[in-house]
Amino acid sequence: MRSQNEFSYGGDASIKRPELGKDVSDKDWDNFVYNRKSLRGKHWELWQHVSGCRQWIKVERDTSTHEIFNTLKANEEISL
Amino acid sequence: MQKYSVFSLIKNALSNHKNWDLAWKDPTPKKEYDVVIIGGGGHGLATAYYLAKEHNITNVAIIEKGWIGGGNVGRNTTIIRSNYMHDDNALFSEFGMDLWRRMSQDLNYNVMFSPRGIINLAHSDAQMNTYARRGNSMRLNGIDAVLLNREEVKEIIPMADFSENVRFPIFGGLMQPSAGTARHDAVAWGYARQADDMGVDIIQNCEVIGFDVSAGKINGVRTSRGDIKAKKIGLCVAGSTNILAEKLNMTLPIETHLLQACVSEPVKPVLDKVVTFGAGHFYISQSDKGEMVMGGDLDGYNSYAQRGNLPTLQHVLTEGIAMMPFLSKLKMLRTWGGIMDMSMDGSPIIDKTHIEGLYLNCGWCYGGFKATPASGWTFAHTIAQDRVHELNSGYSLNRFNTGHLLDEKGLGTKTWIS
Repeated sequence: MRSQNEFSYGGDASIKRPELGKDVSDKDWDNFVYNRKSLRGKHWELWQHVSGCRQWIKVERDTSTHEIFNTLKANEEISL
Repeated sequence: MQKYSVFSLIKNALSNHKNWDLAWKDPTPKKEYDVVIIGGGGHGLATAYYLAKEHNITNVAIIEKGWIGGGNVGRNTTIIRSNYMHDDNALFSEFGMDLWRRMSQDLNYNVMFSPRGIINLAHSDAQMNTYARRGNSMRLNGIDAVLLNREEVKEIIPMADFSENVRFPIFGGLMQPSAGTARHDAVAWGYARQADDMGVDIIQNCEVIGFDVSAGKINGVRTSRGDIKAKKIGLCVAGSTNILAEKLNMTLPIETHLLQACVSEPVKPVLDKVVTFGAGHFYISQSDKGEMVMGGDLDGYNSYAQRGNLPTLQHVLTEGIAMMPFLSKLKMLRTWGGIMDMSMDGSPIIDKTHIEGLYLNCGWCYGGFKATPASGWTFAHTIAQDRVHELNSGYSLNRFNTGHLLDEKGLGTKTWIS
């Protein structure tokens, strides 16, 4: 168990950057940069252990109760 | 409607205050309205009031999941200001200042508007230059702004820390003398009472379950108290915007975050201005009851909790004590949280949507309360005329797509940028 103070938030982890070397529409960029579902309930998000090992992790957290259900390493895919 | 005055007060005192009219009714929803406003907060109530008053549209319902004024209009730090640099924000907010100045008379309800002035403190030469620029921009837009040096600030708020060996010494500040505070609940109740009197149905305990959309047009809304038809529907639901957007298959440039505020125990008058700390995010004023009213940053991660966590509160109060050391002696009376509709550039959205008859009012971030009258006025115009007013043309939904961001402070959902 680590203190919340050690972690920094990195936003929605389900957002994927448009692939390099392909035509990307303005709408795709818009969705990647700005648009977010931001739902109540289970939410996959990025956190960095900034005052510790400095690794990024993916966390599945409930946005209304803060309960944590799952964690993954940053390079692991979320299986929904 | 009974007019509130000293005479009505005396008259009702003679009958032990048992014969006051209800401030607003509790109607059963009709099958159909011309306009339905979702959200009975400050912005929703103001929108309904201006629809009736300015546009003569009175067949209007406000539907509210809980009780009116129970969300952010009842949870804010009551600050009213128009100290913005960008034209779109400045003109919109200054238009709102005029509405604030007349509000108690317009609504026949004492909103206790107190134009006591706001001071943004500067802690470096560079910050003084930035404030000078913002102050000049404000004055060009007809807004009062005064650049204060260290001695002038000390004269006004001697209780701040002016000692030499501090991490963030006070270099000066930018003051908007006409800014101030108001009694937040009275704003909601005043708008509700007048809107109700003009024929608006205020329907509480009525949750939106879904929308009736066909062929790109809105036809109505499904609620926990039955279906309601309307050709025009306006969303004013602040932190619940994402939840309703999902029901409409819309993804918005909005994240829902938690913002905390707190008040200390009441003390004798010590601070007669609103003051903000320039080296972080902390704002403070003193209420009429004597409590120090304080707030700061978001908790920093998506949240619908409506209650805050301690690390952010500790961080915010550390800034407060750095600015005004006497605060460390005060006991905390209450802390609370509200859920904010944080837009990605820190500026709001008041616009039409791709669905005909559906209008969006969201993205108020830290500044929803002060915008209440101007937001209601422009949103009512947008709904009634089916086109945005000049004043809210900068608050478009597609600005994120076209690149016309309104990044007053560059502060949206990402608090670490500051």
